[in-house]
Order: sequence, then C-alpha cells, then structure tokens
Amino acid sequence: MSVAGISSSAKPQASRLVAILVLAAIVALVAATPFLPNYHIRVVNSLLIYILLGIGLNIVIGYTGLLDLGFVAFYAVGAYTYALLASPQLDLHLPFLLIVGIAAVLGMITGILLGIPVLKLRGDYLAIVTLGFGEIIRIVINNVDWLTGGPKGIARLDKASILGVEIARPVEIYWLLLVTVFLVGLFVWRLERSILGKAWAAIREDQDAARGIGINTTNAKLAAFATSATIGAIAGTIFAASQRFVSPESFTLQESVLIVLMIVIGGIGNILGIVAGAAILILLPELLREFAEWRILFLGILMVVLIIVRPAGIVPRTFGPEKLIRGLFGK
Amino acid sequence: MLGTFIQQTVNALTIGSIYALIALGYTMVYGVLRMINFAHGEMFMLGAYAAFLVLTVFVGDIGAVGAFGLTLAFFGAVIAVGFFGVGIERLAYKPLRNSTRLAPMLSSLGVSLTLVTGVQILAGPQPVAFPSFFPATRYDFMGGTVTSVQIGILVAAFVLMFALYTLVNRSRMGIIVRAVSESRPTAQLLGINVNLAISAVFFSGPLLGAAGGILYASYYGIMSPTMGAVIGLKAFTAAILGGIGSIPGAMLGAYILAFVEVGGTALLPLITNGVLGTEYRDVLSFAILILVLLVKPAGILGEPVSEESMVYKREF
Repeated sequence: MSVAGISSSAKPQASRLVAILVLAAIVALVAATPFLPNYHIRVVNSLLIYILLGIGLNIVIGYTGLLDLGFVAFYAVGAYTYALLASPQLDLHLPFLLIVGIAAVLGMITGILLGIPVLKLRGDYLAIVTLGFGEIIRIVINNVDWLTGGPKGIARLDKASILGVEIARPVEIYWLLLVTVFLVGLFVWRLERSILGKAWAAIREDQDAARGIGINTTNAKLAAFATSATIGAIAGTIFAASQRFVSPESFTLQESVLIVLMIVIGGIGNILGIVAGAAILILLPELLREFAEWRILFLGILMVVLIIVRPAGIVPRTFGPEKLIRGLFGK
Repeated sequence: MLGTFIQQTVNALTIGSIYALIALGYTMVYGVLRMINFAHGEMFMLGAYAAFLVLTVFVGDIGAVGAFGLTLAFFGAVIAVGFFGVGIERLAYKPLRNSTRLAPMLSSLGVSLTLVTGVQILAGPQPVAFPSFFPATRYDFMGGTVTSVQIGILVAAFVLMFALYTLVNRSRMGIIVRAVSESRPTAQLLGINVNLAISAVFFSGPLLGAAGGILYASYYGIMSPTMGAVIGLKAFTAAILGGIGSIPGAMLGAYILAFVEVGGTALLPLITNGVLGTEYRDVLSFAILILVLLVKPAGILGEPVSEESMVYKREF
C-alpha cells in the first residue's frame, strides 16, 4: 500500500474516533443531567437557553455576516409576552404553547419592522441600529410601569404546562429545553443547507456578487433577521417560564454582547461551535465564581486574540454536525 | 421664558460640543477604514480616568490644583489616550485589515469589553467624583444662568475642533489622511504611507474623544467605567446624522442631536401631557437615528453613496 493510501485511510478513522468521542460525551452529559442536584440542572438549563440564543443570533452573524448587537431585545419580547399573558399582571392565563406561538409571531414582526429600514442599507448600520433598538426596548420596559411593572419586573408567572403536563421543576424545564434546542438546531441546520442558506452564504462572502447572480439580498437578509428574531423570542418565553419572573435587568446590552462573544469564541457559523462557546461562557463563571470581573476581562482579550489568530473560533466551521454524522457512519 | 430659552440653548451647545468631539473620532475612523470602532466610547471614558490619574499621581491634592496642574493633566491625559489609541489599532485592528468587514468590528467589541472591565478591576466599578477643570462661577445672562464650566467646555471644544479642521484641510498630514479616506488603494499606488494616515486618525480620534470625556466628567462632576457606552452610541448617531465620513458633518450632526435632545426633553412632557417624561430622552435620539436612515441614509453632509459603489468591496 502506498504512503498516500495509508494517510487517506488513517484520516477517516481519526475523524470517526473524534466523532464517536464527541457524541458519546454529549449523550453522557444529556443522560446524566437529570440525576444532578437541582442547582446543577439550573446551570445546564441556562446553558441550553444560551445555546438556543446562540443558534438564533448565529443566523445573522455567522451565516449572513451581519452584526446584530440588540439581539436581547427579541429575547425580551418573548419573555414579556409570556409574563403578560400568563400572570396575574393582566389576569390572563393562556396556555404555554399558544404563548410560544404568539411570541414567535411577535418576534418575527419586530424583526421585520426593524429590519426593513436598515437592511436595504449598508450592513454596518445594522449593528448600531440594533444596539439602539435594544436600548429602546429596555428603556421602554423600564418606564411603562402600568404594563411591565417597571424595574420591579413581573413576578408570580404561571407554571408552564403542555397538554396538561406541568413543566415547572428544573428537570422538566430541562427536557423542554433539550427538545426545543434539538428541534430548533435541526431546523436551522437544514435551513443553512437549503437554497436560502446558500443565499446567506453568498451575501456573507460578497454582496455584490450575490446580487449579480440574482439573489434578492434585501429579502434574504430580512429572512435571516426575522428567523433569528423568532428564535430569540421563543428562547425568551422558555426563559420566563423557567424563572417565573422577568425584569429588565436580564435584558441589558452586556447580555447581547455576551451572546456575540459566545458565537465568536465558539466558532462563527457552526452549531457545534455555539455549544462549545456557550459551555465556556456559562460553565467558566460557575467554576470561577470569585473572579467574576477577571472572567469578562479574559473573555474580551480572548475574543480579540481569537479573531486575529483563529478567526473561525475554537470549533472550525468545517467541524459541523454533518462531520459528526459522516464520521459515525464512516462515509 | 427668554431666560429658559437661553439657558436651554447654552445647555444644548455644551452637550453638543462634547458629542461633536467624540463623533469626530467615529467619522474619521469610518472614513479611512470603513469600520465602526465600538471601542471609541471607551476612549472617552479613559480620558476622564487618565486625567484623574495624572492629577492624583503627579499633582497629589486634587482639591487644591492650580490652573497649571489642570492644564498639565488635561494635555497629559489626552495625549496619552491618543497614543493608546494608536497602540490598539496596531494590536487589534491592523492584523485584520484584509479580513472580512465583520472581523475588525468584532475585535473592537472585544477591546471595548476588555477596557471597561479592566478599568472596573483597577479603579472599581462605582462612579467616582471628578474635580471640575474650571472655576465654578455663575453668570446671569438675560434671565438665564450660564456657568463658567459651560463656557470653558465651549471654548475648549471650539479650539480643538478648529485645530483639527485646520490640520485636516491645511497640513500635509491632512492631505494624506483625506487621500486615504477617498480611496485607500489609489492612495497606496500614489506612494502615500497609508499606515501613517491610519495612525494619525487613531491618534487624533481618541485624543478628541478623551478631551470630550474630561469635559463631560467635569461638567457632571462624576465618572464611571461604563460612561462611554451610551454617549458613544449618541455620538455615533450624530456622525450618521451629519453624514458618516464627513468631518463638518459630525460636528453639525452633534449639535443638531443635542438641540433635539434638549428641546425634546423639555417639550415631551408638555406635548404628551406627562405620559412621556424625560426618561425617554435616549429613546428620542435612537428614534432620530432610525428616521435618518429611512429618509436620508447618507446623512446631511454625507455624499450619497450607493451600496455597490463602496461598501461591500473587499479592498476595505
């Protein structure tokens, strides 16, 4: 056998080993979580919520190459939709799934309304307009006391329940989140590989060329923005249902920046990268509680260094879910 | 009534001057590199902290600083922040010059986060009282009150902006910067030292921003590590309003924004019968930003650029 033959046959074996190891680790973690103490399950739940947010924001940043710095606004739209429609605040108690639907539609509408004036323009402006929009939403929530309770927030939200099954304990929320992350992840992964996803990639690489081959760039960007907003709003409803309390404090600019950071560190444009980025961002502070400020300093420096040295992030774009599947079945 | 009017006009001019100093940095950086420098608001914050540091370390007793000490602190701080800006460009943005358009912006976001947290760790997250750089005298002028701090801010800002305007339009360095801003590849072909121009921009931008920070902190008597975020956003709004990339545009946009803000804050509660109070001041500025983008995306003095002509080209 030639040398080339050895190297080419060794490669799939190594990648199969990596794929099996990664999958085994994920399965072990998923299976072990329900047996952990409640506190740890809550940490995993917040990890899953961040993964959900990361998957949503990644459509705009990773796939389409636009910068959205107000993502937390859509998260807030979802959370406050649940808080208003399932609490004593307005004395409304709608079922959970209905609210998820309403929040998704509201998130999409907000995304489209915000996107229309901006996405026709240069991509740069999106960053600054979304940043401003995030602040507007937070200021409005903070000041419309009669509706949102102002800085005090809204408490005593209803327990979520799906078809009569109550979802309130951390383990139950965990399963809900796991299913949501899986479904949304699958949807977005398929979307990326669809014709729309290819249009996004074309816009990211060269907008002029994309327009040249007949892509309606404004509509494709709008679709990316609306999809991402919808996922943000869905994450918000689950967040509100799991905390059973919302306040403007959860929706600051820093939160938006952290989600961007998570995507950049983990791997732009790659769902597996987002999982890694979220793990670093959520588990690191849990491990280093005393060094809260140093952690953000470290993350900021890491972000700059990674963008220069390793722009693809910790997990490169090529190491996506398909690589895992292929590695597993040895194709 | 006239007194209130004069008072509000002076207030708007004061805050507009500070916005203008910061907006200039955004607009110049955008002019040469076509990037939004998210760390620029932090230069504003660093200016105040650097001046405070110079005062405490080299002058000692802050309460009894003479005019000489204050002048020294002012110029020491702004020049230090200027060099700091050049250093950041070299470290965090220059390696990304041929990368995607998103990369330098993300990098500047990381720089911004690092600087805010760094100052929080070194100086504490809580706001710190800042000494006034001007004697606190009040003058009554046709029924309105004008403080010497306001006059000092106006004079300082006008001098700095005039200096910048002269440098850009009259000096050799200004010609280089304008050439690079017009077209970087062409400037390079003509043998212009592009790096020099970019360094000049990253020196003068943070310098002016830092000056704005010192003036702002001595106007409100307080500084905090997070003071750069919202002000930076407003200054950027001003830069877009005036036409990004245009230096007179940034100044004009800053004053317009300040007048709308001050006027709006005074009028909002009256018009809406108290439903919308002064807390919506920031909302007003962002609403203006979105409106400008809808109606006249190139800004007031900006050249009408189409997306195809300059924006997504890889050479930037």
